[in-house]
Amino acid sequence: MSKYAVNKFLFQVDRDPELLAKYKADPEAMVAEWQAEYAPYLGSQGQRVERTSWVRLEPAERTALVDHDYVALFEMGVHYFLTLTIFIGIYDEDYMERGGPLAFQHEYAKKLEHWLGKDYPSVAC
Amino acid sequence: MATLSAVLATTHHPFFYKATELTPREDQLPQAGEWKAKVAAYQETLTAAEPELLVMVGSDHFHQFFYDNYPTFLIGKQPRYDATFYNEIREFSLPTYELEGHEELSGYMFQGLLDRGFDLSISHELKLDHSIICPIITTRPQADLPIVPIYTNIFAPPLPSPKRFYDLGRAIREIIDEYPSDKRVAAVGSGHLSLELGGPRMFGEHGPDPAWDVQAIQWLANGDIDAILANVTWESMSKSGNATPGFLDLILMLGIAGPEPASYVDDLDLFHTREMYVTWYPDGDPRDRAATAEAEIPEAVRA
Repeated sequence: MSKYAVNKFLFQVDRDPELLAKYKADPEAMVAEWQAEYAPYLGSQGQRVERTSWVRLEPAERTALVDHDYVALFEMGVHYFLTLTIFIGIYDEDYMERGGPLAFQHEYAKKLEHWLGKDYPSVAC
Repeated sequence: MATLSAVLATTHHPFFYKATELTPREDQLPQAGEWKAKVAAYQETLTAAEPELLVMVGSDHFHQFFYDNYPTFLIGKQPRYDATFYNEIREFSLPTYELEGHEELSGYMFQGLLDRGFDLSISHELKLDHSIICPIITTRPQADLPIVPIYTNIFAPPLPSPKRFYDLGRAIREIIDEYPSDKRVAAVGSGHLSLELGGPRMFGEHGPDPAWDVQAIQWLANGDIDAILANVTWESMSKSGNATPGFLDLILMLGIAGPEPASYVDDLDLFHTREMYVTWYPDGDPRDRAATAEAEIPEAVRA
């Protein structure tokens, strides 16, 4: 697992409303676009000049991002704050309308309850 | 020499403003009124110290810093600071701010820390996130004082030890004490008690480890750095919640105050975390002075 690349994806997309909207509407296309147009450039600020030769998503990482699979991301040790905030950005309003305040966050926690009492995967890169 | 008139260590709750100011009264949390009253009382502990300058300690939450270049400790040196980030406005409904900086104290602090063996990063383009803006909202809502921001990494492991955070606080204290100025400086820093984000214990009825919270507040209230250093490690904090290492910034604030009992301690158990408000007065409790002054006024004059 590269983990760094997944964190970079979450960091860049969460801080850009246009990218976030694309990630919500068509995650497969968005992840492919990011892999081609964002991952190969140095740094986290979205510049398009200096290239890096190795930053790319592994297949399992790409699948987890396409599926919005925050449980898999947690289990890979992707940073908890980046994962939580981007999916709150995507899902919170829709869940709020259906289930009230914190409906999404509670479902998120429930899906991770098999980790209760265990040491969590490290978020160190 | 400058006077360190108050040291405040607090949790920062990004939803306080939304929960109390933006939500209609009938839709507010049951604790909203009590929360607001406690914050107002805490704000008064800073106001009473009559600060002219704020040294503010916080942590970027992946808003500006990332794993490609994550500073362990960083100081800002700018004429102005902007806040807040787009995704914090989106998630927390935080207002934007433009705070005045104090480049002279920033430079003096930076050099003083380097001289003491703390090799901080420096930023001339730092934007503030909710770790600093939430304490502004709660302790100085008029946002009228120049600030010196110090950021720490409590987020992207591996991290420095609790002792390193405490020692950095001690160094900051020395530098404020030596700063050649007649200004009254207050230090305001924010962090976490037990906290879980993006894990199975998040957003429960209480914080992930209420017993640990009570213990941690006692340690800070008593200025008991020995107990903290004997009990607090990355592993022990992580067992109490995956975001609990934010407690490191509260240890740093104890370093600025020194191993002394606090003059003011309060807390509030909210639905997923415990809020905490602590104040030390290195220059003596101004509230005592005010009470003494009032007592010395002759009865006839007072009438």
